[in-house]
Amino acid sequence: MNMEMINYKDDGQFCSGHVACAGCAEALALRVIMNAVGQDAIGVVAPSCSAVILGGHPMSSVKIPFIHGTLESAAASASGVKRALVAQGKPDTTVLCLAGDGGTYDIGLQSLSSAAERNEDILYVCFDNEGYMNTGGQKSSSTPLNATTGSTPTGKSTRKKNLIEILAAHRIPYIATTSPSHLNDMAAKIKKAKTIRGTKVIIVLIPCLPGWGVADNAAVKTARLAVESGVFPLFEVEGGLTYTMTKATKTQPINDYLSLQKRYRHLNDEQIAQIQQDVDEDWQRLTTRAIEADV
Amino acid sequence: MNALSSNKDLQLLNGNHAVAMGVKLANPHFAPLYPITPQTPILEKLIALQSAGELETELLTPESEHSAMASAIAASATGVRVFTATSSQGLLLMHELLHFAAGARTPIVMFNVNRTPASPWGFWPDQIDSLSQRDTGWVQLYSENPQESLDTVIQAFRIAEAAQMPVMVNHDAFYVSHAVEPVEVPAQETVDTFLPAYKAGLHLDPELGRSLGAPIDQKSWNESRQQMAAAMATVGDLTASAGQDWGDLTGRSYGPLEQYRTDGADVVFVTMGSMCGTVREAVDGLRARGIAAGLLKIRLFRPLPQVELRKALADVPCAIVLDRNYSPGVGGVVHQELKAALFDMANAPRLHGLLAGVGGVNVSAEMIERLAVEYRDAVASPDPVWVEE
Ligand SMILES: Cc1ncc(C[n+]2csc(CCOP(=O)(O)OP(=O)(O)O)c2C)c(N)n1
Ligand code: SF4
Ligand SMILES: [Mg+2]
Repeated sequence: MNMEMINYKDDGQFCSGHVACAGCAEALALRVIMNAVGQDAIGVVAPSCSAVILGGHPMSSVKIPFIHGTLESAAASASGVKRALVAQGKPDTTVLCLAGDGGTYDIGLQSLSSAAERNEDILYVCFDNEGYMNTGGQKSSSTPLNATTGSTPTGKSTRKKNLIEILAAHRIPYIATTSPSHLNDMAAKIKKAKTIRGTKVIIVLIPCLPGWGVADNAAVKTARLAVESGVFPLFEVEGGLTYTMTKATKTQPINDYLSLQKRYRHLNDEQIAQIQQDVDEDWQRLTTRAIEADV
Repeated sequence: MNALSSNKDLQLLNGNHAVAMGVKLANPHFAPLYPITPQTPILEKLIALQSAGELETELLTPESEHSAMASAIAASATGVRVFTATSSQGLLLMHELLHFAAGARTPIVMFNVNRTPASPWGFWPDQIDSLSQRDTGWVQLYSENPQESLDTVIQAFRIAEAAQMPVMVNHDAFYVSHAVEPVEVPAQETVDTFLPAYKAGLHLDPELGRSLGAPIDQKSWNESRQQMAAAMATVGDLTASAGQDWGDLTGRSYGPLEQYRTDGADVVFVTMGSMCGTVREAVDGLRARGIAAGLLKIRLFRPLPQVELRKALADVPCAIVLDRNYSPGVGGVVHQELKAALFDMANAPRLHGLLAGVGGVNVSAEMIERLAVEYRDAVASPDPVWVEE
């Protein structure tokens, strides 16, 4: 464990008693994110695991107020909150938008694209657990190639959508990826995003215990292997053009990552080799584009 | 009973899996599906059937219900049998396209699981999601239990294709969608006897080059609605004959309405969906206590069988509508519809509109018995009344 994390100061913006699955790294991520966001913020949450974790009425596991919005319109709702704050003369209050990958890559992409094109001043955090977990684990367009889900029982036949490149094409000021295995990185990126005006999107990888078939104690380990194998690189994109790797090396073979997850257990050697090749090629493409700034 | 149904295949199925089995038997060519609680088991069952090689239907899992319905309409317009399923938020997101599907005369069959719409979020049985789509031009049927859901989804294809109108079949969240009951799954040849092979109506055909849906002038648009009116006017009879023919094949017949122990009734409950099962129990209890109660179940809500409703309620002293839905500022939708249907009728019952079970709160048979006693001799208020257990 990272020594710095042992001294982590919890501001208490995320409370105990929430109902995340025991062992879910999304609760961990929420703790770091809510503390980094602070109290001067209003949240929007789309239907997703995070909406459940935030609490059923009249309970709330967070200190800032949230509106529980609709699945297809998180970024539009966040735009509305921001415009109202501006109208009230409070343009510095952070508008935090939480949505899953289904609510971001799929049904909410239209409203997110529109908000990004308008460069709305919102901080949009996507908890990417690569599927619709709230409805019991069906595929989304973020589900990777070959992964099984309730709606891809024999494995998904297409690749994960590259949302970051889509967002980069909007030339928004800030896009980043982060993982619950790298909590300092997560806190730093949230804090950095808070200082930037315009649309900021941070994608957080969340290994889903039942959805991926990961052991209760292996969420962080799985997230770490996702980063270290290069399947989920940590990087930033500024202005849509400037790519910076925030974890510049890739050290683990993909199989170590895949073998922790039941959603991949049907894979044969050839399929694993294909995934390794895809990861290597994607890594190559990304790193040649990026300035290295390992933290 | 008919020879075809003598070899009964009785399976323990929840309401949603019963729907999926009905869909499998009706064998649509295309089904776009998007997950939503509590509809998801329909999607999952159809996908499981397909991956086991038991379903030939082309399945599509798009990014939203809006796209599910858009692809359903376009596929239907291309000349194939189409099914989809949704609930609550999903149905409401489709709203624009529900008008479109009916206007385009695409005979799509959709299953909707009745669930409370947000806000606030809830997952409870309540029929306002589909009732608020009543002006879109979709035929609407409401089912009481898993068996009826299976039977009705098959009948819906026949009704839709004969009328060239889309049909929405509804059952209540959890009470029906997730309740497991023994369900008779009919043999494929039974369904093939009942449901003719798909014959496309007007559709996109490169040989003809005829387009669909392009802008038209006011008069033609007006005519399109008159044609829909004519099609809707056939649906009551189509529903009756489909329900009758199904009964001849399976021993289970259905109609637009169903009357349970209404002979000589002093008080008749009028309701839809799973509430009917509870009312049946209450009616038996009331009859045992010497109170002449009955049930009038509305199975076909759009088009509303007005003539049959007037007939069924003529000379009944008191009718009590139980609405598991609420249209803010007006009241229960069934109550409103019934008031209109019975307007100006000399021998109409005193009509009570009770908001019972809105938001999925429990309505027990004991409560219904209590309501019968409380309201059967009371003066009816034109406004709805909230009732609680
Ligand atoms: C219009 C609409 N359709 C369907 C749903 C049902 N629904 C709720 S959450 C969800 C998927 C959530 O997936 P994701 O955004 O990835 O979040 P996760 O649950 O995985 O955290 C769906 C389909 C809904 N709420 N609204
Ligand atoms: S379903 Fe998955 S992502 Fe959601 S709370 Fe549970 S473990 Fe976490
Ligand atoms: Mg997800």
